[in-house]
Amino acid sequence: MKLPDAWLKRIDELDLPISLKEALINGLGEAERVTEEQFETILREVVEDYEHARAEPCEAVGVVAAQSIGEPGTQMTMRTFHYAGVAEINVTLGLPRLIEIVDARKIPSTPTMTIRLLPEYASDRDMAREVAWAIEATSILHLGSIATDLAEMNVVIELNEDAMAQRKITAEEVAEKLREATGLAVDQRGSTLIMAPEEPSYRELLQLVERIKKVTLKGVDGIKRVVIRKEGDEYVLYTEGSSLKEVLEFEGVDPTRTKTNNINEICEVLGIEAARNAIINEATDTLREQGLQVDVRHIMLVADIMTCDGDVKQIGRHGVSGEKASVLARAAFEVTVNHILDAAIRGDVDDLKGVTENVIVGQPIQLGTGDVQLVAKRIDEVVR
Amino acid sequence: MKRFAVQDHELVPEHILLTPEEAQQVLEQYGVEARYLPKIHVTDPVAEEIGAKVGDIIKIKRKSPTAKESIFYRLVID
Repeated sequence: MKLPDAWLKRIDELDLPISLKEALINGLGEAERVTEEQFETILREVVEDYEHARAEPCEAVGVVAAQSIGEPGTQMTMRTFHYAGVAEINVTLGLPRLIEIVDARKIPSTPTMTIRLLPEYASDRDMAREVAWAIEATSILHLGSIATDLAEMNVVIELNEDAMAQRKITAEEVAEKLREATGLAVDQRGSTLIMAPEEPSYRELLQLVERIKKVTLKGVDGIKRVVIRKEGDEYVLYTEGSSLKEVLEFEGVDPTRTKTNNINEICEVLGIEAARNAIINEATDTLREQGLQVDVRHIMLVADIMTCDGDVKQIGRHGVSGEKASVLARAAFEVTVNHILDAAIRGDVDDLKGVTENVIVGQPIQLGTGDVQLVAKRIDEVVR
Repeated sequence: MKRFAVQDHELVPEHILLTPEEAQQVLEQYGVEARYLPKIHVTDPVAEEIGAKVGDIIKIKRKSPTAKESIFYRLVID
């Protein structure tokens, strides 16, 4: 049946989340016939159920979240490496990855990016491949061989024409890049480059070879490998190494759908709210990949706490736990002596408002029923 | 180099800069002082994009997996 406008207005005014309101409108729309009276009853019951399902005031949601993530965590693999379905790209999964997320490591142990392409590039394998080659960091070893000539005291680089054509770089460009990076003269003879160290010593020569090998001739520094994979009807690039800011500016890359697994990098490039979403996505994906079901609300709480200061802070000594107001709560977590000593020197006062400190001193914690305090009125006051 | 709007990225929810009157209304509605709100740095890419200044309040329309959309507020700090 079609809902009267007055009903829609009534639903819209309710203090319910949008998803529930939509479900209510859809559900009522499918019904054959609903009377005014039934409609009111439905609304009342829905609101009642919703209120019932909400977390009660004074409920220790943090502890519930910690348990709800911690228990399934005991069943996760401790193995660090896994091949995550993507050809030859190593990705940290399982418990080590979850720890990495909540510890807010500056750089994850296996940084990787998922690069999605603009429609015209995503459907064509050759164009996707070209973007991949443009992004992948190219060093001299990709283009040819490098050797030392001890008699002449110089370094000889033999460039491979085919490799250069594939990666769209010329011998002149290579020579120019090497000149810039090393500050030395490059003698170019066709596809052969010859370089000599400043001083003709054996040690300098070997050092020069190492320096030349490290020069990034083309592509993005830090992206060691790019793999192309077809997903549905589009080609997606997966990388080893991550550099979100630079990759987003590449021709052919869709900047709105490209991601990295480095949460700190997301925070820097896309902001704190994006970092929050990234924490939620990464944590749920890690848990789901291990076949564990954790309600997303717990993970959302963790992400909210980690990002509430505007920076991504870790759940741990240097982050959330280390910023607790109570001295005893901090001392109970890690490095007990330091916390108590510092507090004594500063003359800190503990208000005994949290859970941990009340357990330590042996009084009821201020949670749930423990949070309710009786205020007595004298009987003569009540009577009067 | 082409510029792209940070807010277009699928990970970034919509950020709205509140006027001082709107901000005051929000604070009254929740009965809090601005300093108790969650924070966002003035150097945050999105805060820069919408031209927020220290002390402003930003309204964020998050896409929530449970409630579909949820409203969040952050105070701009340096």
